[in-house]
Amino acid sequence: MGQKLLMKGNEVIAEAAIRAGCRHYFGYPITPQTELMHYMAKKMPTIGGVFMQAESEVAAINMVYGAASTGKRVMTSSSSPGISLKQEGISYIAGAQLPAVIVNIMRGGPGLGGIQPSQSDYFQATKGGGHGDYHMVVLAPASVQELYDLTVEAFNISDRYRIMTMILGDGVLGQMMEVVEFRDDENIESFDKPWAANGHDNKREHNMITSIHLDPAVLEQWNIGFQEKYNLIRQKEQRYELYNCEDAEIILVAYGSVARICKGVINQAAEKGIKLGLIRPITLFPFPTNAFEEVLDIPKAFLTVEMSSGQMLEDVKLTIEGRKPVYFTGRMGGMIPTVNDIMTKVNEIREKHS
Amino acid sequence: MSLHEIIIAGFGGQGILSAGRLLAYAGMEENKQVSFLPSYGPEMRGGTANCMVVVSDKEIASPVLNVCSALIVMNNPSLEKFESWVKPGGVIITDSSLVHTKVKRSDVKVFEIPATKLATEAGNKTYSNIYLLGKLLTETNCATPESFEKALYGILSKKKHYMIPEEMEVLKVGMGY
Amino acid sequence: MAIVFEPPKALCDVPMHYCPGCTHGISHRLIAEAIDELEIEGKTIGISPVGCAYNNYLYFNCDMIQAAHGRAPAVATGVKRSLPESIVFSYQGDGDLAAIGTAEIVHAATRGENITVIFINNTIYGMTSGQMAPTTLVGQVTTTTPYGRDAKYSGYPVRISEMLATLEGPAYIERVSLHDIKNIKKAKAAVKKAFKVQMAGKGFSLIEILSTCPTNWGLNPVEALKRIEKEMIPHYPLGVFVGADLEV
Repeated sequence: MGQKLLMKGNEVIAEAAIRAGCRHYFGYPITPQTELMHYMAKKMPTIGGVFMQAESEVAAINMVYGAASTGKRVMTSSSSPGISLKQEGISYIAGAQLPAVIVNIMRGGPGLGGIQPSQSDYFQATKGGGHGDYHMVVLAPASVQELYDLTVEAFNISDRYRIMTMILGDGVLGQMMEVVEFRDDENIESFDKPWAANGHDNKREHNMITSIHLDPAVLEQWNIGFQEKYNLIRQKEQRYELYNCEDAEIILVAYGSVARICKGVINQAAEKGIKLGLIRPITLFPFPTNAFEEVLDIPKAFLTVEMSSGQMLEDVKLTIEGRKPVYFTGRMGGMIPTVNDIMTKVNEIREKHS
Repeated sequence: MSLHEIIIAGFGGQGILSAGRLLAYAGMEENKQVSFLPSYGPEMRGGTANCMVVVSDKEIASPVLNVCSALIVMNNPSLEKFESWVKPGGVIITDSSLVHTKVKRSDVKVFEIPATKLATEAGNKTYSNIYLLGKLLTETNCATPESFEKALYGILSKKKHYMIPEEMEVLKVGMGY
Repeated sequence: MAIVFEPPKALCDVPMHYCPGCTHGISHRLIAEAIDELEIEGKTIGISPVGCAYNNYLYFNCDMIQAAHGRAPAVATGVKRSLPESIVFSYQGDGDLAAIGTAEIVHAATRGENITVIFINNTIYGMTSGQMAPTTLVGQVTTTTPYGRDAKYSGYPVRISEMLATLEGPAYIERVSLHDIKNIKKAKAAVKKAFKVQMAGKGFSLIEILSTCPTNWGLNPVEALKRIEKEMIPHYPLGVFVGADLEV
């Protein structure tokens, strides 16, 4: 048993990163992830780590590129508009196959948008916000404890596959406090990095970190390698939670803080004798297709709930491939779906399929 | 099973968010599941502020509330906004020094405490939220005064610990008001 | 038979892709000689730019990292802060450093980041075929200033060394030229001093090297070298801007 504390989501991500061996953090201020940065600024100097406030998100992600090239565990964090600025570096990190952890505490957009919680960066995170055929692993925690566990796991996954991992949260998760237990360090793995540019000490050939390959035949081979890696990740790293799916009439699909609201809906509906279930994707890339195969025969329909116009909805439909009806309800711009919003849609669907 | 869904609302600077954190911490001291969700953003600069606190025996489904079992309000706009959120049989506690409109609901228990006035008379305006929290403890049993005291020690910085005995006195006044 | 002349060990034995008469090769050699003489190859990490020198990570025998356009100072910062004992240099052209990467170079400099920047100023974008650079001289014809750079329309050429010299962060900034043997020797001394400044932990160093681009200037290599002397040096005077008295 580790220590139990009441902590804010953003701070827990920072503490988890430090416990996972991250000693290099580069960031730029933006709401609503600020506390993560403040925590790093306070803690890193006391443990011999590096906290650096960069001149821009663009610089911060390139500092991450540099630190990751040396083989160190490194993190940056931001919120939607800042993540857009980081996309150039994210694409380069993908091309150079560097492990790094990026936190996006999403807020409403597009443009400068607002500062209230949102999930409207799902496409950007899972389909590749930067240029090129790449993916990063995207983890979607739904509680403060999971922010801890998945941040630790993000570093392991990144190092295991030489890939970026994004923690995709939202303003609710970043700002809320819950009790967190810092589990023992046995989950923290370490990896050899013979590819790192850390000085060859005249003992090996020089290492080169690069994403440029002007010969298209060579670049295609690199891309084929990337795709093989992504397929391996699709096979091995799908994570999800099934909640009350056994005899559900309708199965909701939601991630992050919206999944928590859906659980509330499910509990309230159960009191009225309405059986609802939930698929909660924990990995958004790889999308947990296995979860859908597991429960496909059970409900009359699926209902995707998001703080967006329906982005994950597309992956749900691609997975179900027309085998069951798929519905959507969501709010945008920083508005949070209410129990009533969701129940209204549930009732509509029940009527249609009665 | 006990489930407390509490909303505390008022202006920035009234200790709204600290009150919520104290409740969550006190719940944790009793090994309950707790969540604390603050409003964030420009509220910090003196606008409206609110927070949602859940204290439960079981896993907390949603930290985002659309109804509540208890409401503490420290200004008029907050009462206007949240009055309808309180479940029938729930509790509304107002700082009557600042909240001049009356609660319209008749299916909830209403307690008016002139907290800001009491705190000002007692010499420390920042204690106003504690009077209200005291009443909340009495009416809902969401936490014991003992765990509340532990929460004060857990949350306040060491240099403010000397204030805690005084704050506990204030809490007791609130509990018995 | 006695060997009197060898390529530097810090350069790989591979053909370079630069145009005939281009001075990038000379700059590379000067950096490699400095690395050899200071015996730091094993702990040196270089950052390649976007521009003609984009794949010089293939040419230097130390560990190398290829960076996005203009971001080399940020990448170098990430490396140096991760490995404080390493020697880190970035190699950047004028489009890379003085246009798209202005923020990164200014902030690395003002932080006094303990890295060495080799800044190649040839008043033009080479790789993308001869567009106007921030350093393009007034009146200079490029593919995007086909009637000559008009200061009223496109502004004035930026003097990076002088600009960065106004900051408190830099320890050593010098502008050198490659237009003749005497100046190449001076350039070598400056590059070596810059590395020594970093090794001594003194902070940010930048060597601006006035260089040629015969292909995009439309000149032969000899005329190109003369252009440096006649046209560039009057606008970009040679000399030490920070750290003249610094002994390392």
